[in-house]
Amino acid sequence: MKFTRAWLGEHLDTAASLEAIIDRLTMIGLEVERVEDKAKELGAFIIARVISAERHPNADRLRVCMVDTGTGAPVQVVCGAPNARAGMKGVFAPPGTHIPGTGLDLKIGKIRGVESRGMLCSPRELKLSEDHEGIIELPSDAPVGKKFADLIGLGDPVIEINLTPNRPDCAGVHGIARDLAAAGLGTFKNAPIDAVKGAFPCPVNVKLEFGATPSLCPGFALRLVRGVRNGPSPDWLQRRLVAIGLRPINALVDITNFVTYDRSRPLHVFDAAKVHGDLVVRRARAGENLVALDGRSYVLDETMCVIADVRGVESLSGIMGGAATGCSETTTDVLIESALWVPANIAETGRKHGIHSDARYRFERGVDPAFMVPGLELATKLVLELCGGSPSEIFVAGDARVEQKRIEFPLTELERLAGLNADPQEVRRVLGALGFSVAGQDTKLSISVPSWRPDIEGRADIVEEVVRILGVDRVPSTPFDRGENPRKPVLTQGQVRTRRAKRALAARGLVEAVTWSFIDRQSAELFGGGGPAIANPISAELTDMRPSLVPGLVAAAQHNADRGFGDVALFEVGQIFKGDRPQDQLTAAAAVRRGRSKSFGTGRHWSDHDGAADAFDVKGDALAVLAAAGAPMTAIQVVPGGPPWYHPGRSGTLQIGPHVLGHFGEIHPRALDALDAEGPAAAFELILERIPEPKQKPTRAKPSLELSPLQPIERDFAFAVDRGVKAADVVRAAQAADKSLVAEVAVFDIYEGEGIAPGKKSIAIAVRLQPREKTLTDAEIEAIATRIVDEVGKRTGGVLRA
Amino acid sequence: MSDLKSDLRQFESRILAAVTAAADEAALESVRVAALGKKGSISELLKTLGGMSPEQRKENGPLINGLKDAVSAAIAARKDVLKAQALDARLNTETVDVTLPVREPPAEAGRLHPLTQVNDELTAIFADMGFAVAEGPDIETDEYNFTLLNFPASHPARDMHDTFFFPEKPDGSRLLLRTHTSPVQIRTMLHQKPPIRVICPGRTYRRDSDQTHTPMFHQVEGLVIDRQAHLGHLKWILEEFCKAFFEVDHVKMRFRPSYFPFTEPSLEVDIQCRRDKDGIRFGEGEDWLEILGCGMVHPKVLQNCGIDPDAFQGFAWGMGIDRIAMLKYGMADLRAFFEADMRWLEHYGFRPLDLPTLAGARGRPEWVRKLVGDEALVMKMCLPGRELHSPPPLRGRPVRLRRTGRWRVARYTAWSVEEPR
Repeated sequence: MKFTRAWLGEHLDTAASLEAIIDRLTMIGLEVERVEDKAKELGAFIIARVISAERHPNADRLRVCMVDTGTGAPVQVVCGAPNARAGMKGVFAPPGTHIPGTGLDLKIGKIRGVESRGMLCSPRELKLSEDHEGIIELPSDAPVGKKFADLIGLGDPVIEINLTPNRPDCAGVHGIARDLAAAGLGTFKNAPIDAVKGAFPCPVNVKLEFGATPSLCPGFALRLVRGVRNGPSPDWLQRRLVAIGLRPINALVDITNFVTYDRSRPLHVFDAAKVHGDLVVRRARAGENLVALDGRSYVLDETMCVIADVRGVESLSGIMGGAATGCSETTTDVLIESALWVPANIAETGRKHGIHSDARYRFERGVDPAFMVPGLELATKLVLELCGGSPSEIFVAGDARVEQKRIEFPLTELERLAGLNADPQEVRRVLGALGFSVAGQDTKLSISVPSWRPDIEGRADIVEEVVRILGVDRVPSTPFDRGENPRKPVLTQGQVRTRRAKRALAARGLVEAVTWSFIDRQSAELFGGGGPAIANPISAELTDMRPSLVPGLVAAAQHNADRGFGDVALFEVGQIFKGDRPQDQLTAAAAVRRGRSKSFGTGRHWSDHDGAADAFDVKGDALAVLAAAGAPMTAIQVVPGGPPWYHPGRSGTLQIGPHVLGHFGEIHPRALDALDAEGPAAAFELILERIPEPKQKPTRAKPSLELSPLQPIERDFAFAVDRGVKAADVVRAAQAADKSLVAEVAVFDIYEGEGIAPGKKSIAIAVRLQPREKTLTDAEIEAIATRIVDEVGKRTGGVLRA
Repeated sequence: MSDLKSDLRQFESRILAAVTAAADEAALESVRVAALGKKGSISELLKTLGGMSPEQRKENGPLINGLKDAVSAAIAARKDVLKAQALDARLNTETVDVTLPVREPPAEAGRLHPLTQVNDELTAIFADMGFAVAEGPDIETDEYNFTLLNFPASHPARDMHDTFFFPEKPDGSRLLLRTHTSPVQIRTMLHQKPPIRVICPGRTYRRDSDQTHTPMFHQVEGLVIDRQAHLGHLKWILEEFCKAFFEVDHVKMRFRPSYFPFTEPSLEVDIQCRRDKDGIRFGEGEDWLEILGCGMVHPKVLQNCGIDPDAFQGFAWGMGIDRIAMLKYGMADLRAFFEADMRWLEHYGFRPLDLPTLAGARGRPEWVRKLVGDEALVMKMCLPGRELHSPPPLRGRPVRLRRTGRWRVARYTAWSVEEPR
């Protein structure tokens, strides 16, 4: 919502400075977005007369002018404009002036050897237009030495407020003035609008025809003015509209725009000569068509409200008029419409057509129903003043009576909701100034809501009005203790897991990324799909809710590689989507290691062998997350293989029994190809919700620690097994040989090659035996060793190497 | 007998000379064997004792045994010397280039995204004030995202949220991506009886993209419902939060009336600040920066959630996590949060052992003081603002924060209020 300072002055008597007005507007909820003060910007430019203009001694195209600036001796200015001549009046900028059109500060300079102490300006240099053909020529009666800005009426600052949708009344200058006056910034003029007496009945009737469907037009007022002379509107009106960014068209149209912004009362004018028969307000019929004032053609349907005559639709109600019945310079008889519409319907129709008109803006927020007829009277008065003519009586269709809203308001509500202690007289004054009428005793008010405030519904709204006008500063900041509630953990199990997983992964040298929750269709399908697709995505790359974090991380790693950083280890802990229900949203932890981003460090280093990140780096990452999340680590099994986006021979699935927690491994080259990424790269992904909750124990105490006084014994074994045998099976067999004595089994060597038969490999394990009750004898140790060899042989076919 | 005595003396000096002359442990060993070995010269002498008369034995025994002891001691001493020499010689060949760089430990190389750190910081601050953390799904119903929050159907307030929708279902309903975390407030109020004190951090989505808007961003909202929570309490909580989060002792905030469908009265909050080449300093300066939206929960919203607005009341607020992260740590461009550029993450990210504010940062100057012992430096590090917390800005991207008169970080600082026109 834009208006000018002078416009505001027509509704508000105030001596307040522009700064004070701006500040107060913001502090009462009418947030000032922008102030354009041409008077300030062009304040240094003054009106001057060219006394003489001689040819420059060293340049044919330049002239040396002596300029009378109204003070002191004439000033010498070198000017290149073809129209600079003796006797003319123009706009002079003294040295030091900031020139808005060039963005530079003017300096005294020498042009081809002749000193120039200022400048005569073109419209472009003043940012008034793009014209740079010559300098500005002012009328001969322009007062030399006075400010140029005052001469052309630019001395009126334009204020733009960011209007919240609950305040349709402030979509008019009148309403803004009322708020400012209530806030103590002057006197609200609120000049009464006199009814214009009609000379004859309105010859055009209006019917509201909605049949059995709900009415979309609560009220409609219409008046004919005969014998008008339409043409350009007067300067004051044009200037006002231009200042707020509207294009003057002709007096009749300009009047409707003026009343729209002055009173938040949109109007429409029909050229009566182009309207055939009576007007009918009804729902559009499917397929009906309207060429609107913007020149575009709109296809209508039954949800939309229109104004039609015998020929068909002439106007899209409350949004935009039709081109066929619009007013032009030749209009002599004009029908002025002032109507009420259903806000939600206007909003819907406007949205369907993508029309953002000033009328829609106000009607969808809700205009003052009581102002329907006064608005028409005001418009009539302006038409008669500017265009002459003879008015008809007003024809009113529908029921424009306004329901009076009443709110019972105990003053204690201010204390209860806002912590504000206000004097009852003060509260009455504020509400009265805002147009509420207040009855009732001292502390129990009975408040009637003015017709222009559709946003006021209950007591909380009244509290807001009082707090808004008195200032939130009046509400004392009040300490708010934690109360009697017991101190409980503030995070849920899932939130704790998310945090722990993040820190565990970062501690392994991974860098946390936050990638989009939506990815492209192809990637989503490649990684299992299931996440719903967005109906109105912002781009073709961000269409589907991600079913996995891996594609986003692979893309992010590739972006880094494209910038020259190929060894990256990225992780993310965040939401993935297997469907559109709340329970389909899961929390995943995932990482991608690309290039030489090993778990012990990234990039080449003198201390280690070259090598790309592999399945074991990400297996370590996955296990770190599981441990951090409190998973039962001994129950976790690693099963070879994973989903199709992993390398079939270099990937694994982490599970507890049949219950899958996640996967890890090198990413399948075809998957990388499909993601347009280079490899090799390894990844893991776990779903945190799938990790079983640890058992709740009655106390936080840890199990008691038993320290054996007996020394453990370590024995090494090397088995020759088939290549396909899993190390985990060998380990498990060794553990099973004696559950109480075997304390730990470690794989310390894997070997293939010389000394091992083709198709076989050697797995070397170190077994630690922890005696429980007494030191083991050699014979007992030998017996256990034999059991280990037998058990491994039985379970894996492994043979002890000599 | 004097013969034997002088013989032994000569013998001893010969052997001792050989011991001294032994250049390495092997040579010394052969001297030892020659003297003390089974067939060594001293061993042979000892054997002669057996053939002597008791008197001779009494006289010569100590002499020969004394010789043996002296030689043994000399050999042992020489052995120590030679051992030490050998060790020194070996160590002299065992040099490494200690200037070679060591690997950075993974815990130093890893980074947490600033959003994670800021999320932990604000969780700690609000936990201290008795708030729990509530979360909800990103894919929401129209009812939870709008209707129950008192957005009238077709009202322009809905247009302020550029919403991502999912395709319409056969029953005409359509799901959407939540445009704010307010639906979590609804879910909380529907499932928990007052008193309620929660914060709701999470991902939110709007169809918008430029330097200060991304289609995905993060919000944290707060909700308090009890029998007496009022606007004054809200002001206090927000002031306490800003002081703790921005780590300043004083903060000046400006509460401006505004409009959100789900609160009444509604306020927007600006924080006083000064902007200079090092970033934004709070608690001083002439500018106002909009950081959040808040208000008393609308009675209709309470009713919609089955809470009696005459018995219970409360307030709520919302702000952009990305925004406050930018303000505190000095990032210029929101889009960079989601680009996963390693350089950006390493620069603006946090080490896994960096403790969040309240738990960590406040204590840091103490150990810095011990470590550095430089009072001036410590004072500088204790200053409110950037020295302690914010890395210098990454070069190369323009900053566009200023709009009119006061600082404004665009509309996603809070619950959106900007018009779509």
